Amino acid sequence: MSSLLKFSNVTLRRGARVLVDGLDFTLGPGERLQVTGPNGSGKSSLIRLAAGLLPAAAGQVERSALALADDHLALDRELLLRTALGFWGGAVEQAMVALNIDHLAEVPVRLLSSGQVKRATLARVAASRAPLWLLDEPLNALDSDGRKRLGALVERHLEGGGAVVAASHQPLGGDWRKLELKR
Amino acid sequence: MIRALIVRDLRRGFTGAAWLPIAFFLLVAALTPFAIGPDPQLLSRVGPGILWIAALTAALLPIERLIEPDRADGVLDQLALHGLAEESVAFAKIAAHWLTFAPLLLLAAIPASALLALDAAALWQTALALAIGTPALAALAVAIAAVTAGMPRAGSLAGLLLLPLAVPLLIFGAANALLLEAAVSLLLTAGAPFVAGAAIRATRT
Repeated sequence: MSSLLKFSNVTLRRGARVLVDGLDFTLGPGERLQVTGPNGSGKSSLIRLAAGLLPAAAGQVERSALALADDHLALDRELLLRTALGFWGGAVEQAMVALNIDHLAEVPVRLLSSGQVKRATLARVAASRAPLWLLDEPLNALDSDGRKRLGALVERHLEGGGAVVAASHQPLGGDWRKLELKR
Repeated sequence: MIRALIVRDLRRGFTGAAWLPIAFFLLVAALTPFAIGPDPQLLSRVGPGILWIAALTAALLPIERLIEPDRADGVLDQLALHGLAEESVAFAKIAAHWLTFAPLLLLAAIPASALLALDAAALWQTALALAIGTPALAALAVAIAAVTAGMPRAGSLAGLLLLPLAVPLLIFGAANALLLEAAVSLLLTAGAPFVAGAAIRATRT
């Protein structure tokens, strides 16, 4: 498959507001795209549109299998971290090691700190075998070690032929194509 | 994935609030003799109807925890990304909710019937009618939970929506017109996943 995510003349509308009009881009294996813009410019909506969770007002989005990490945990709080991640399947153990939360595997999710929670949502994506990763504000609540680990994960994913779209107003480190949204 | 979701919801049901509706059901049955007096003849006359009303109101209690927590926590989004149709999610939730709700309710009907001075034949009749009605009650609860997910005061709104829809079940069930009740139950159970699926999609923001 030549492209993992393809926007063709896409319009995204929220209520009466047009956030994006006539957007065209293609993301292939090994490519990464950073969506930037001020608060309220529609970065998260664009991610959700790319994920297929929001409909496009016009145009077409083609996507491969994907994994999404946003500010929703989507892990059962009463379960141990390992079991909770296991529900979504994939290479859970490696993902926990990659994000340095493997020592928390036997801790209930509800006891995790916000930084650890963020790592857990990223581990859910890393464990998935989806070629396309969508990350909404992946740096929120991450410390410098967390950022470094995320950077390494992204590099490895790109080397393996994956693609990443990240929405963030902060620099992500590495060489990202930029897509700037205006208010 | 559907089976994993049913197992997960069963675990959450039985370790969580599955007992509340049953306790409520028994409480209503226990209150009735206080409210209308201990005369066994009167109690056994109104007993089956009371059990039905208790079951309907008990079905309302869990509505707020059926869909909303998973919507707010992004679980419904992740399930969609794993390729599960919203209708399949709704079906799994209905199945899991029915399995946590119906067997306990039918068990609770035994002590409840003793409180209401029902004899074995009346208990058997009522339990059979309840058993036929419970899939529809579970399906309605999940559908209404999906429709009201994310709304303020969803719980009270859910009551206003669910109880009128359950009236046909109540009429045929309490009158022991089991075939008609089964037909209504089938219709509601078959339709609910589609209503709930559409509602889950529509509430996505």
